[in-house]
Amino acid sequence: MSIPLSWYLILAAALFCLGLYGVFSRKNAIAILLGIELMLNAVNINLVAFWRYLNPTQMAGQAFAVIVFAVAAAEVAVGLALIISVYRRRKTVVADEIDLMRW
Amino acid sequence: MTFWNNPINFISTWLTGVLTGWRLPAALSTILLYVVGITVLIIFAMTLDIGLVWIERKVVARFQDRLGPNRIGPFGLIQPVADIIKMVIKEDITPDGADKIIYNIAPVLAATSVIVLWAILPLASTIYGVDLNVGLLYIVAAGALGTLAIIMAGWSSNNKYALLGAFRMVSNMISYEIPMVIILLVPTILANTMSVRGITQAQTGMWFAILSPLALLIFLISAIAELGRSPFDLNEAESEIVAGFHIEYTGMKFGWFYAGELLHAFTFGGFMAILFFGGYGGFFGLEKLAFFSWLNIPFVQALVFIAKAMFGYWVIMWIKYSVPRIRIDHMLAFNWKFLVPLSLVVLVNTAVLNKVLIFLPSWLYVLGMFGSNLVIGFVTVEILRAYGRKQRKAEQKPGPQTQTQEQAL
Amino acid sequence: MTAEQIIFLLTGALVLGSAIMVVTVRNLLHAALWLVASLFGVAVLYAILQANFLAVVQVVVYIGAIAILFIFAVMLTRRELMEKGRQTRPNWWIPALLGLLLLTGLVLLILNIPGINRTAAALPVGLDTVQALGTALVSPDAYVLPFEVASVLMLAALVGAVYVATVDKK
Repeated sequence: MSIPLSWYLILAAALFCLGLYGVFSRKNAIAILLGIELMLNAVNINLVAFWRYLNPTQMAGQAFAVIVFAVAAAEVAVGLALIISVYRRRKTVVADEIDLMRW
Repeated sequence: MTFWNNPINFISTWLTGVLTGWRLPAALSTILLYVVGITVLIIFAMTLDIGLVWIERKVVARFQDRLGPNRIGPFGLIQPVADIIKMVIKEDITPDGADKIIYNIAPVLAATSVIVLWAILPLASTIYGVDLNVGLLYIVAAGALGTLAIIMAGWSSNNKYALLGAFRMVSNMISYEIPMVIILLVPTILANTMSVRGITQAQTGMWFAILSPLALLIFLISAIAELGRSPFDLNEAESEIVAGFHIEYTGMKFGWFYAGELLHAFTFGGFMAILFFGGYGGFFGLEKLAFFSWLNIPFVQALVFIAKAMFGYWVIMWIKYSVPRIRIDHMLAFNWKFLVPLSLVVLVNTAVLNKVLIFLPSWLYVLGMFGSNLVIGFVTVEILRAYGRKQRKAEQKPGPQTQTQEQAL
Repeated sequence: MTAEQIIFLLTGALVLGSAIMVVTVRNLLHAALWLVASLFGVAVLYAILQANFLAVVQVVVYIGAIAILFIFAVMLTRRELMEKGRQTRPNWWIPALLGLLLLTGLVLLILNIPGINRTAAALPVGLDTVQALGTALVSPDAYVLPFEVASVLMLAALVGAVYVATVDKK
């Protein structure tokens, strides 16, 4: 392995910042979820890189990454179900227009 | 290490020697060898695919009591070449409102998702691409790529029928991945490893088809659903949605879909052979006898493997050309209400019995596993019969209208 | 520049390039497909890091399930008017500035950690990462509790998603 650890961490930081930009600058609610997925992947890269470089015999890093997979999948499922349900009532998925709790 | 014992390593060491003799740096020669190896594997897979076109057309003809192609070449053997020439010279149409890039990438992705499976398929004990220690999960991952290709094709065609076919097909494939993943855990438990070579080598004692025939059956059903072949071929139900997701594709792009589907079927026949019928290894245990020791030469093992894969492919074709199509809601209900609970029961049964019976002598172990599968099958059939009886009785009972009319009188 | 570093740089370019396309492209379906490319690049990174199980699970879970969910959701919530206007907010330069500041801060922080440029030691010879991960996830003195809690979470998400997305038959 000839790749320094800092390369992985910088890649993960860049991916996280891109996801952050996506969340804050997009109007469509589904596009915001896409940004959140990028951020979760950046965190996972960090976890697995630290696992490999610091202590590969102890499985904490990989186990954490597996739990993050599960949480991301659950969150996307529920989030998209909510967006589809909101679309059926309000006929819009632009996040700014979903601003009233009733009617 | 001679050529007959270990052909791939022999050739690669020889080629490395040649390339280093030509003063090529070592890293570059390694990469070059990888590229050559990948190209040879792809060429082999696609040549086999051409042969599969001929086999498919002859077999479907015989099932339908006719002869099949027999004009071009002896027994119609040159028919696939004619087919390919026809597909290549056809006009390449892109529909007007289609999303051009996605439209053109989809067939390539569909064919790629099949060819990447050949990287882990071991043809013999020393002829294989790579021995991943997560081989079985890699099969599911390649299936996921295929699903993506279908939805890309269906969406980018800008056609109602294509979209409808793609939706049905994708919901089908995603649903049937679940019993497939659960059943792929059964050979993992029995062999203690997820690597495909490891599973083949663990079957030298007894084939897994005998240790767990229900797992074989469920794997066959979910493999046919993953392939999108009849009776689960809602994506290309010619009488319903004209041709499903590949309705707008012509010429070689359709050729990629068609050839990819045939190769996919053969590859799953190969996986059935590896996971349940001993792969390249056993030929009914004959190779252990000294007289049949030539069965251990890698090339003969490759022939044995291809024969077993052909048998699996023939079973898949047999089912395709004999059974009518299933409706989409019946198909999904069959998966979620029957296959998933059954595969979970088979998995738990295999796991528990594997630990409990491991201390007994081996024939008792085999008998115990096989017997437990028979018991599960019997109980399942009894439950299905009781359910069917109840449904038939509910349909024959007079409805509530007649009772209220009698009360009104 | 070893071959491994070249492969890492190419994969990193794929991941970051696709991520930039995800957050800037106008057509939402194309954004979902660029996300697929980015996630595939992340799977290649896991394979370089010798976490093979995670690489394959990334393809199965993210590309095979989550990306397809996104594509279905995009197809089910389309309206012609929505895609004609601009897809980003008017003051998009504020998040861009924020992102750049965060990136600079993180990179400076990372580069100042002593020993951060270390290269990885080889894996111990007998270590089978898949088997070790499996044992760790079900062993009582390892991570069986988070594992079980994650499965309860997924059951809750399954029931919740089905309930929320069911059409009310009034």
